[in-house]
Amino acid sequence: MSGALTVFRKELRGFFFSPIAYIVITTFLLLSGWFFFSTFFLYNQAELRNFFGQLPIIFAFIVPAVTMRLFSEELNSGSFELLSTLPITDSSIVIGKFLAALIFIALMLLPTIAYAFSAALLGDLDWGPVFGGYFGALLLAGAYAGIGLFASSLTKNQIVAFIIGMAICFMLTIFDRMLFFVPESVLAVFAYLGSTTHFQNISRGIIDTRDLLYFFSIIFLALYATTFVLKEKK
Amino acid sequence: MIEVQGLNKFYGDFQALKELDFTINRGEILGLLGPNGAGKTTTMRILTCFLQPSSGTIKVENYNILDHPLEIKNMIGYLPESAPLYGEMLVYDYLAYVAAMRGLDGGLKVERIAKLIELCGLKEVIHKAVHELSKGYKQRVGLAHAMMGDPEILVLDEPTSGLDPNQIVEIRQLIKEIGKEKTVVFSTHILSEAEATCDRVVIINRGVIVADGATDRLAREFGGGAVVDVALQHPDAQFVVAELKRVVGVERLEELSEVGEGLVKMAIFSKEDEDIRPALYRVIREQGWDLLDFHRRAETLENVFAQLTREN
Repeated sequence: MSGALTVFRKELRGFFFSPIAYIVITTFLLLSGWFFFSTFFLYNQAELRNFFGQLPIIFAFIVPAVTMRLFSEELNSGSFELLSTLPITDSSIVIGKFLAALIFIALMLLPTIAYAFSAALLGDLDWGPVFGGYFGALLLAGAYAGIGLFASSLTKNQIVAFIIGMAICFMLTIFDRMLFFVPESVLAVFAYLGSTTHFQNISRGIIDTRDLLYFFSIIFLALYATTFVLKEKK
Repeated sequence: MIEVQGLNKFYGDFQALKELDFTINRGEILGLLGPNGAGKTTTMRILTCFLQPSSGTIKVENYNILDHPLEIKNMIGYLPESAPLYGEMLVYDYLAYVAAMRGLDGGLKVERIAKLIELCGLKEVIHKAVHELSKGYKQRVGLAHAMMGDPEILVLDEPTSGLDPNQIVEIRQLIKEIGKEKTVVFSTHILSEAEATCDRVVIINRGVIVADGATDRLAREFGGGAVVDVALQHPDAQFVVAELKRVVGVERLEELSEVGEGLVKMAIFSKEDEDIRPALYRVIREQGWDLLDFHRRAETLENVFAQLTREN
């Protein structure tokens, strides 16, 4: 496990050494800020629901951009050979990289707390849904980071990794809105697969085990699949 | 110490390694030789647990690579070809990262890094990013990477490729120095290097071991007999050739070139491993020829290599 911690530290520092990180953070803050404030004053309500409402679709694009280099770059430069001949298991590598991506996204979310304080200044803000929203955002980020990491392990090409990751995340995001295409017999299954409903439940401040289970299973499955892909490469 | 048994590796339909069997003893410097694509790198990658064999196994001490990769990785330091390091990291940060991966911490870590900086001559580049380094320095950082855990076994894939002659000598000396206490396996296609550095060589061609033994023994065994170079002054080259061909033990005779008037240069090949110099010299003395050059050609690994790995 100390190996995972070393990988985690190295990758988190690595994020801030590359310009991509700053571009991603800037894009995220611009997008989310604009979506939030463009309608904030129209509703005339002190709440962050609009911000959290947009988050799944923004994350579907931003998170795969954060994770795309994690394996692709190593596979491309060959440094993966050095990494995997050090005394560390594949699963520790995957966990280390996953946690680095998750913490990076958490740091990216940090400045948006300013939105909450702005809202609290202008009106009577209910902090419950805000905390729920951030908690849900972390779970959502975890799920998408897992998927992005999996996509990154598939290819040497970062762009390809980004597109694969984005496609899967985007699909999960819009599942809920596509349900009218689905036959009634399997409706429940597909309704469960979409990430937006689960996220919205949590961001309303309702912590339901079904929603937690959803996110944790996606994270687990994605990380397991990533470890499997790495093993198959041998 | 390392036992390779019936090792096979397939990449799709292509069989890169065919039933490889050999052992590496403790404290030995072993050279893996072979033309490009012979399977040297594949063998090393399996040994370092980067790739898995299609069948067969490698045992290090009593650990099997399939069941105990972590224990084996702990014992092995590996430098892949062209040292693919993290380019954006500073050299010191990189070494600190490797030290942490090797489980070194605190004072031990600082001490080990300082020692490797000195050993590998990294002092001037320690605060540079890895991607700014020249090939030679990158190779040295790679070597420091491999030696970080003070491993029992050092596996180096073409450690001297792309280095300038001075650096090559330095790295070779370093390998020899390390080889006094540790087991070193390295691949190369520079034969003089293998001859100068290794205790033993294994020559691989198309995934098959074609020779395995101490360098001098191989040279004797596969060198194809001894060659004597002779140069003498005589107006009639035909006559000289005819006379020398009759000497007992001579298998064939190659006239090298006809340089200038009356100079005859030739290479005389003996049968088996027989010294024909006394017999040749007796003939020359009896004829009263003016002898300019007379020596036995050193049997080099180059001949062995060429003979064993020639196409078809």
